[in-house]
Amino acid sequence: MRQNHQLALVETNGGGASSAMRDEIAAIFEQVLGRPVSLSDDTNIVEDLGMDSLGVMNFVMGIEDFYDLSIPLDRVAQIQTVADLMRAVEDLKSGKAV
Amino acid sequence: MTILAKHAAYRHAYDALLAHGVDPLNVKFDAVLSPTEGVLNGQTTILLGTNNYLGLTFDHDCIEKAVEATRSQGTGTTGSRVANGTYGGHAQLEAEIADFYGRKQAMVFSTGYQANLGVLSSLVGRGDHLMLDADSHASIYDGSRLGMAEVIRFRHNNPDDLYKRLRRLEGMPGDRLIVVEGIYSMLGDTAPLKEFAHVKRETGAYLLVDEAHSLGVLGETGRGLAEQAGVEEDVDFIVGTFSKSLGSVGGFCVSDNPDFDLLKIVCRPYMFTASLPPGVIASTIQALRTLRAEPRLRHDLMRNATRLYDGLGAMGFQTGPEANPIVAVTMPNQEMAAVFWKMLLESGLYINLAIPPATPTNASLLRLSVSAAHSVQQIDRALEIFADVGRKLGFLSSDRRRAAGAV
Ligand SMILES: Cc1ncc(COP(=O)(O)O)c(C=O)c1O
Repeated sequence: MRQNHQLALVETNGGGASSAMRDEIAAIFEQVLGRPVSLSDDTNIVEDLGMDSLGVMNFVMGIEDFYDLSIPLDRVAQIQTVADLMRAVEDLKSGKAV
Repeated sequence: MTILAKHAAYRHAYDALLAHGVDPLNVKFDAVLSPTEGVLNGQTTILLGTNNYLGLTFDHDCIEKAVEATRSQGTGTTGSRVANGTYGGHAQLEAEIADFYGRKQAMVFSTGYQANLGVLSSLVGRGDHLMLDADSHASIYDGSRLGMAEVIRFRHNNPDDLYKRLRRLEGMPGDRLIVVEGIYSMLGDTAPLKEFAHVKRETGAYLLVDEAHSLGVLGETGRGLAEQAGVEEDVDFIVGTFSKSLGSVGGFCVSDNPDFDLLKIVCRPYMFTASLPPGVIASTIQALRTLRAEPRLRHDLMRNATRLYDGLGAMGFQTGPEANPIVAVTMPNQEMAAVFWKMLLESGLYINLAIPPATPTNASLLRLSVSAAHSVQQIDRALEIFADVGRKLGFLSSDRRRAAGAV
């Protein structure tokens, strides 16, 4: 059920753009982890991908470099899933107050 | 299941250490004999992991001043300076620290940890931007969480990464505060402060340096990395501690900021905790005078640091990037680090075992800190013990072993 709900959400945001971003994020993950990953919106970054805190930091910095933005620490702390991450990147890219 | 069950992951990590017969959090000294020697399990042990950089904890004058002040003013202040007033010693110490740094203002805190909590949470607030080095000390991270500023982390010792992040903030309102450390407490590396100062000037940010491990250690007169790098003009705030080179306890902040006195009425970790007792203040004042009067201490410290760093390097141990009083030896994994640490202890050498998550880059480290009070013989003895344990654990490669044997 949750999956469907997430998909609906993504679609209203424009599915094409989001899946492109998911592919970009997957590529950054693969760089940090050194292995292929398959991501869905629901993928939990720490639990499902087995990242430790250093891995998360390197990953977040990779995301920041790629999208040319900084994710403030309180915002990083709120990110659990790939969908959370995509929303944070979207918000910061559009300059939306968070 | 108790309320603390949420920390089970830490319990498991700790249990894994205990399984090796290693309990780094419960080292109980039978006695502490001097800045460089203690007794552990009945054995006289060299202390090479206590941040006692100038060896002043047993300094005769410091002890006498502490005793005198305790006799005349009592054991404690029983409250904060806001409630119970400022003693003569508090004002004297602030005046002498300000004078030492050539700054207009100084403020004393009950610990260095609280100095960072207080200063970081007060200098920046909602709508401001706090730029932290990724390898910052826990007190800096905790200070960043106590305030309301937006916290952005930049890559360790990387002024270009900092610059990039400040550029991204262009056009946004709010103050920017950059926070770096003089010497980083785990690896002993120093910040590229000249380059950070350049970024600060270019972007109109403020710069704060935590000189906890570099006060009395670096710089022509011991003022720290800002002095050594020749950029004191660019550093708006210096934070430090009395708990390392000055051999007591407490923290401070100095600045030329004309509104600095405001900190004393907005800074909660200053206002809502007891001030330092007279004895601590008195020994700290004396230690600072000794630091200023005896540059020899700094030279002895660096002689020992270089001897230890070079000696370990010659044996093939992987050390940090530069010879400083903090020397970190990188171990291949946590088990090796734990066993190595335990064998050093059994051989009469006390150092720090530093394992993730307390270490940068998830390394397992043997962390050593040198004192001016170590004799050359003690440093050489420590090197011998390292060589011996390294050999027993099959740690040193065969051609390195010959070099180690020569020590
Ligand atoms: C960089 C840094 N800042 C602050 C502190 C805190 O100092 P204190 O022991 O006075 O609380 C330490 C000491 O652990 C430190 O390493």
